[in-house]
Amino acid sequence: MLKQLRILVLAGLFGWTAAAADLVIDVQGVAQPTPVAIVPFGWEGRSAGMPLDVARVVTDDLRRSGRFDPIGEDQMLQKPTDGADVDFQDWSFVGVEAVVVGKVIQAGDDVYELRFQLFDVFGQRQLVGYRMPRVTRATMRGAAHRAADMIYEKLTGIKGVFGTRVAYVSAKRQGGGQRYSLIVSDQDGYNEHTIMESGDPIMSPAWSPDSRQLAYVSFEGDQSSIWVQTLRTGNRFKVSSKPGINGAPSFSPDGRKLAITLGGVDGNPDVYVLDINSRRTTRLTTHRAIDTEGSWSPDGRYVYFTSDRSGGPQIYRVAATGGSPERVTFEGSYNARPRLSPDGNKLAMVHNDRGNYRIAVMDLERRDLLVLSTGNQDESPSFAPNSDILIYATRRGGNGVLESVSADGLIRQKLTSRAGGDVREPVWSPFPRF
Amino acid sequence: MSDFKLIALAVIAVLLAGCARDTIPDPEPTDTTYGGDAGASTSGMDGDDPYGGERYGEDDPSAGELAMVIHFEFDSSEVRPQDQDVVVRHAMQLGENPGMRVRLEGHADERGSREYNIGLGERRAQAVRRMLMIQGVSASQVSTVSFGEERPVAFGSSEGDYAQNRRVEFKYPN
Repeated sequence: MLKQLRILVLAGLFGWTAAAADLVIDVQGVAQPTPVAIVPFGWEGRSAGMPLDVARVVTDDLRRSGRFDPIGEDQMLQKPTDGADVDFQDWSFVGVEAVVVGKVIQAGDDVYELRFQLFDVFGQRQLVGYRMPRVTRATMRGAAHRAADMIYEKLTGIKGVFGTRVAYVSAKRQGGGQRYSLIVSDQDGYNEHTIMESGDPIMSPAWSPDSRQLAYVSFEGDQSSIWVQTLRTGNRFKVSSKPGINGAPSFSPDGRKLAITLGGVDGNPDVYVLDINSRRTTRLTTHRAIDTEGSWSPDGRYVYFTSDRSGGPQIYRVAATGGSPERVTFEGSYNARPRLSPDGNKLAMVHNDRGNYRIAVMDLERRDLLVLSTGNQDESPSFAPNSDILIYATRRGGNGVLESVSADGLIRQKLTSRAGGDVREPVWSPFPRF
Repeated sequence: MSDFKLIALAVIAVLLAGCARDTIPDPEPTDTTYGGDAGASTSGMDGDDPYGGERYGEDDPSAGELAMVIHFEFDSSEVRPQDQDVVVRHAMQLGENPGMRVRLEGHADERGSREYNIGLGERRAQAVRRMLMIQGVSASQVSTVSFGEERPVAFGSSEGDYAQNRRVEFKYPN
């Protein structure tokens, strides 16, 4: 990203401004990750080593983003832990564009200060200096992710998502049936917590906008019902268990309502808005086709949904207050499970691409569709809160696994769940609120 | 093929059959005659039983039992002609026992979006429900639930697996 920006700037200098937009697209295909150095953090404390290798966490975060290439420790000519000791000549010689130094200082039994500085090697100046004086052993990994987020944002101009979390469902075969778990983990797969387990299917987890609650569908008792569970306490309450389908919950941006699907006794799925406090439902769609997978636009004005009223499934949108739906997708015979990017500019979906179910993103302004994944059973796209990355489920070796891809399709990562099993329906959390 | 080559092949086949009886099968006893016009062949007829009859069905424990699951074509919720009899027999059973309840569980194969597949499974269950009601079954006797692709019976990703998973199951509570 740094490189792309730099090349754009260069193009301007050489008077190629007219061609600049095309140039960026050309460069993206061959973009190399930016070389950076994360120097091992210093340790001032009572024990032999610090509770967590902070530089390792930051290095892993930046490398996995695909936009950075952190150099190895063996290539470093110096290992300063304080900004005053950074020799820009050395780092320029090694060829890195940015250097991070820092240290962990023990201040009490379980109190640590984590501080770091980020330097621009060519500009020979500090870009970020930050300290977190009240870190504990339990929060140190989170603090390291936060440092990585700040570094990432400064260098790319895009907000980092290393401090966010992911929820997903895992199914493991057990006896004649399956055991289903709803799991929340850090976005790098650490700190997995099973928040709900059942011998009956669990589906469609959805984050509340404050990232404190998850809504989901459970088939406990062989009937579908929608629940909202508070992560901290584990308490949950049932918000819908009508006859027939109760499905596809999606929080409104203000967190007070859920778009849900209700099927009724006659089994005609339509999208409704459920007021969480009063439990009152308002019908949004009325059609004998399948209308489902409602998802709010970030401004709260529209609910996007899947409908097969034209034959195959396509994506439509309707005003959140009701009205007549408007068709949004026209390309291909199968477009389902709409999800809006948090910036409101892009629409992700499951798209049938010549027989393969793949993740595609539509630019809502230009209306063009970009197929981002390469599997044949890819599903459940979910945007990271910075709108720059998507997570989705794909199949590998007969099992469901998670992958992420940058919204431009250039950077792809495989993610491994330690919980194992058939992993599906990943949903990326909003930004944490500090 | 020349006669010479045919004879040579036949000799080799006999030799192989003689020395490796376990691994190489006997040349098929055949009443097909080769030779003459290229490509033409003749066949014998009237074996022991011209109809190839054999014993069948006596040990099938499910004979006469009512099937508890029916399957569907891809992207279809239409009850196939060969399954209509199954639905009619369930309808008769329910009609004769007004206190009896059935739950129709609709399922889809794994392709595509999960919540949309819940809709497809429900559509299948509803198609069966409507058929039961047309046969006179009371609405209060029938409930439906769709598990979409969440409860497969076949865990592979072949067409055969998909075909097994596109189904409606009849569940009678005990």
